[in-house]
Amino acid sequence: MAVISYIQAITMALREEMERDEKVFVLGEDVGVRGGVFRATDGLYNQFGELRVMDTPLAESAIAGVGIGAAMYGMRPVAEMQFADFIMPAVNQIISEAAKIRYRSNNDWSCPITIRAPYGGGVHGALYHSQSIEAIFANQPGLKIVMPSTPYDVKGLLKAAIRDDDPVLFLEHKRAYRAIKGEVPDEDYTLPIGKADCKREGTDITVITYGLCVHFALQAAEKLAKDGISVHILDLRTVYPLDKEAIVEAAAKTGKVLLITEDNKEGSIIGEVAAIISEHCLFDLDAPIKRLAGPDVPSMPYAPTMEKEFMMNPDKVEKAMRELAEF
Amino acid sequence: MAIEKITMPKLGESVTEGTVSNWLVKTGDFVNKYDPIAEVMTDKVNAEVPSSYAGTIQEIVAVEGEAISVGELMCYIETNQTEQKSVQQSHESFTTATTKNASDNSMKTRYSPAVSKLAQENNIDLQQVKGSGRGGRITRKDIETVIANGGIATLATDKPKETNNKPSMTSSVDYKPTMWIPPNYEGIKTNEGDKEISITGIRKTIAQNMVRSMTEIPHAWMMIEVDVTNLVRYRNSQKDAFKQNEGYNLSYFAFFLNAVAKALKQFPQLNSSWAGDKIIQRKEINLSIAVAHDQELFVPVLKNVDEKSIKGIAKEIHSLANKARTGSLSQKDMEGGTFTVNNTGSFGSVQSMGVINYPQAAILQVESIVKRPVIINDMFAARDMVNLCLSLDHRVLDGVICGQFMSHIKEILENISIDTTPIY
Repeated sequence: MAVISYIQAITMALREEMERDEKVFVLGEDVGVRGGVFRATDGLYNQFGELRVMDTPLAESAIAGVGIGAAMYGMRPVAEMQFADFIMPAVNQIISEAAKIRYRSNNDWSCPITIRAPYGGGVHGALYHSQSIEAIFANQPGLKIVMPSTPYDVKGLLKAAIRDDDPVLFLEHKRAYRAIKGEVPDEDYTLPIGKADCKREGTDITVITYGLCVHFALQAAEKLAKDGISVHILDLRTVYPLDKEAIVEAAAKTGKVLLITEDNKEGSIIGEVAAIISEHCLFDLDAPIKRLAGPDVPSMPYAPTMEKEFMMNPDKVEKAMRELAEF
Repeated sequence: MAIEKITMPKLGESVTEGTVSNWLVKTGDFVNKYDPIAEVMTDKVNAEVPSSYAGTIQEIVAVEGEAISVGELMCYIETNQTEQKSVQQSHESFTTATTKNASDNSMKTRYSPAVSKLAQENNIDLQQVKGSGRGGRITRKDIETVIANGGIATLATDKPKETNNKPSMTSSVDYKPTMWIPPNYEGIKTNEGDKEISITGIRKTIAQNMVRSMTEIPHAWMMIEVDVTNLVRYRNSQKDAFKQNEGYNLSYFAFFLNAVAKALKQFPQLNSSWAGDKIIQRKEINLSIAVAHDQELFVPVLKNVDEKSIKGIAKEIHSLANKARTGSLSQKDMEGGTFTVNNTGSFGSVQSMGVINYPQAAILQVESIVKRPVIINDMFAARDMVNLCLSLDHRVLDGVICGQFMSHIKEILENISIDTTPIY
């Protein structure tokens, strides 16, 4: 099994799906000749040509709209938003059209589109290149939001998203692109959308998170293990709809729960996770549910010191984990 | 002179690692500050890494062609200045304040839902669990450990709190005999129509205590017969007036407790506990009494019985029995017992073998008072007779001392009259 980076797993999944099904095509800004600003679609233009790897104008609403139309017509489009921050002009298309088509047409029509977008900070991207946007879309039944943390999950979940008969928002942490590497099988496989994954078994505290923060939690857990603190880590993988069963099971296991997101704290995904736990696990809880998140300020600052303050990191995670373990 | 580290710098926005493609210096070379020392290749750029110091290269650590993470060590350099601080050493290791204030017990009685639930389900007295959390808080894991170790029973655990300051008392807590391993019940099958009753709460505690007592304490038994005709006559002459004046019954049991307390004063050997390497003789005479209610058995305690009048004892029996019936007995009502008296006569028993209330040394069963023909001075007489049965911990007590104790009780009871035993 080859060890490849997070972004290589994306390219691999796209290539294999395009080879498998000729209805799959890619569209977005600079995805063709340039191979994407992050090189996620590197080599696809040469292999599949301009009709299946389409460079679009700088118009996110059109990228989503064209994709939705093609999907309704039976194609399997993979639309790329160059940065998740740029998705805002396409919100109407995604929420009011893509997410609701099956329901609105009484099951006559469906919209199997995958929309990929790099999110998150820590790369010196400031306001327009660092946002976490998942919470905006996370109460839209009809839409699924997948946020993988490892190259293995990336490949299996991106393939599942492309094959899914309904719209999937596939959010990739841009700092994970080259920072995170892992073993990925060469053969074809998919992973179930809507299922969380236990990334580490433990008995003292439970950490529930997703995306890049999973790695911060794993690193901190390694340090805590040396002090005899055993950490259980659940990776949500799909943040909407949430895997309630897995959340309840993981929370009940230790009764001490830490929820982590890079997003602004109030109104984030983990608030919903906390609600699920408090609805189902009262008599298993041994400590108040603890949330570790970004501050409630409008955006990731540009100044490195300020960005560091905003951004999640293994030290912040370790501190919160220790506090909870000692409670 | 100081040895400084040069680490892999961050060479781009999303760059997390770099590969040294070519070292421009070798060990022993002198470099000025900002002189290039190595060429580094990343996903995005090829760049030269400048030296952060002026000095002599001591040791080259990063191998050419191998990728290392941003912030990882590249080489050591010996500088001339001692004060200089590395700008690249931003990766200070994180330290947490793990200093716990051992004497802080502010959270000792704050129980989480999980802890309350587990304690209730397993009948664990949280007062006796040591907390490992912040401020002495009992964590879910603490409780789970207690359960895994067989639990602490709520009932009949005689560790009087008020005597905790006496060192001799705590030793009874420390004494840990070998754990009893539960037998295998797989062979016991449920037949059709049988009813299965799950073992919970008080039933579980009773079972645990009884098994512990019977497996740990070598029991011995004895019984004496007492002529309580005088007592019956005396009590009958007083009971109606007493009920009218006080509002509750003047029970025989109060007289028996009074006699037992007097005898224990005389023979403190029976008012004691086995504590492994020693026997602890209790100063206080606190009598546990068994009170049954529905499916449950409670063992509340009458404190300092030797200091109380018959009326005082009768009043307390009445109050404790009431509490048991209404389910309002508190932990305080149940703790501190040093010897148990069981009123088995109340349900007609004439002979029984009591199980000692762990970790006490003996239990006395007061049987039914029955009229029987006995021979006095070669003549038959109808007398009120009662059997008193004693179970004793044979590690603590022997037949001789118990025989003397029982004879003493017999003497007290047979001589009861308004002169020897006033009610008030």
